[in-house]
Amino acid sequence: MNASLKKELEIFATKERLLLLEGIFNAKAGHPGGSLSIAELMAYLYNVEMKVDASNPKWEDRDRFVLSKGHAAPALYATLALKGFFPTEDMKKLRKSDSYLQGHPSMKCVPGVDMSTGSLGQGISTAVGMALAAKLDKKDTRVYTILGDGEIEEGQVWEAAMFANAKKLDNLVVIVDNNNLQIDGTVEEVNSPYPIPEKFVAFGFNTIEIDGNNLDEIETAFENAKNCKGKPTAIIAKTVKGKGVSYMENAVNWHGAAPNEELYNTAVAELTAKLNELEAAK
Amino acid sequence: MSEVIKTATRDAYGKALVELGNTDAKVLVLDADLAAATKTGMFKKEHPEKFIDCGIAEGNMMGIAAGLAASGYTVFASSFAMFAAGRAFEQVRNSIGYPHLNVKIGATHAGISVGEDGASHQCCEDIGLMRTIPGMVILNPADDVEARLCVLAAAEHDGPVYMRFGRLAVPRVFDEDYKFEIGKGNVLKEGDDVTIIATGLMVNEALMAYEELKAEGISARVVNMATIKPIDRELVIDSAKKTGVIVTAEEHNVIGGLGSAVAEVVCETVPVPVLRVGVEDTFGKSGPAVQLLHEFGLDAANIVAKCKQAVALKK
Repeated sequence: MNASLKKELEIFATKERLLLLEGIFNAKAGHPGGSLSIAELMAYLYNVEMKVDASNPKWEDRDRFVLSKGHAAPALYATLALKGFFPTEDMKKLRKSDSYLQGHPSMKCVPGVDMSTGSLGQGISTAVGMALAAKLDKKDTRVYTILGDGEIEEGQVWEAAMFANAKKLDNLVVIVDNNNLQIDGTVEEVNSPYPIPEKFVAFGFNTIEIDGNNLDEIETAFENAKNCKGKPTAIIAKTVKGKGVSYMENAVNWHGAAPNEELYNTAVAELTAKLNELEAAK
Repeated sequence: MSEVIKTATRDAYGKALVELGNTDAKVLVLDADLAAATKTGMFKKEHPEKFIDCGIAEGNMMGIAAGLAASGYTVFASSFAMFAAGRAFEQVRNSIGYPHLNVKIGATHAGISVGEDGASHQCCEDIGLMRTIPGMVILNPADDVEARLCVLAAAEHDGPVYMRFGRLAVPRVFDEDYKFEIGKGNVLKEGDDVTIIATGLMVNEALMAYEELKAEGISARVVNMATIKPIDRELVIDSAKKTGVIVTAEEHNVIGGLGSAVAEVVCETVPVPVLRVGVEDTFGKSGPAVQLLHEFGLDAANIVAKCKQAVALKK
């Protein structure tokens, strides 16, 4: 990845982290850990990879994104807001009763959200349906979906994977946010989905393992996916849960809890310092 | 006497899908490895490019249907009622109902008239399940004429629809010029003493009960209620006022189905007795369909008995 693009995406991901935490802090609820872990993936998807138009969110020929791990809604909303789908100020009202920004993504009321999700295991099936629709319509639309590593314990994920391979949906990219933690503990402690890549290989996927917080590796993976014909791609993205906020990194207790004011200020200070550093080096 | 035409509503479903496929370019039909039984096989034969077999994975099928619908298609997703409404309940609720997508669920083999396959496949809970999903329309046609019209109406309707079809061939009730409208019941016979509100294959039984009651001097109004949700409140209220007692009849658990829907309206508006004919909160069993229907009280004789009880409550 060229240096200026990388810098731009790093800045975007940092702003995304600040914005999603602002939402969660004001809501006093939400899922920071699994939102922070996918910031680089979201930054790459919405700035480089996907064909979308913030001024026309329902554009028929757009690429589609389904956040199958719907609890990472703050990351999706922050990304969409930074891309101009709706005002960034609205993030302050995340999860409030007078806000359209629902706790989990709703396609009925949030501009840019392509599918309502939140119940784990279901988003991938809808993404598969969208990829199939594009094939039936003979369009070059591509469909992206992010799943949690805990989420793939749901059997429906594998029903969808089986179907995607059977229908040769090479316009589908399934990304597993492999941050190794779910609510009750590490994924090994709870109900190990490992080995993950072998499972997707067995289900006929072009399978790529990357560091999911590394933009160079993200770029290479998506380029690889685009060039793969005749089968869907799975990107197993090893990430750090809570990435970017020191006390949240790899800490399971930040799966679904909002920081108090003191801790929020610490997070903002850390991320602002990072942002200033990136912008100064521009 | 003219010969009675008997057709299973699932056959009418298959034929109506073929008809839709001929005219509507955006219609797709999905099945979960039951195309021969649900009769979507007819559509598959005529329109193979618009037919998608999702295999034995009903939850995933509902999600795929949602994704296709979100991309502009009108999707008919088919399986047995047990698996469409039961197994895939939460996918229907969250991936189809919540985003209010154009997925039309064609659920065949509803009720105990599945017959020999027994309780595991005899779904008497589906109306109850589907009724609790906001925005879901539920259609339960009485015969092949109405089943065809339900399919065509579902295709035109904006939003999710659950259609309930049977395996057993049932007598034709309606003329070819019958007009069906979602949300509207219709009075098949007028009467003053009791109203029988029936749905699905119980409509024909209600008509037979009407004759038996008439012979005994009881005048029954017979209402066909193909749309369980939204229920035709106006007609229910009118019937409660007119006859003072209501008997409902359905091939479904007495809990959660038509009887519950009618009772809810009556209790809140014109509180009069509502007696329910249906499966008495029990599981089905194996046996010939017609024999089972009698055994479980899903017949004219039981409707007659309930109507007499209802009329007695007025005195």
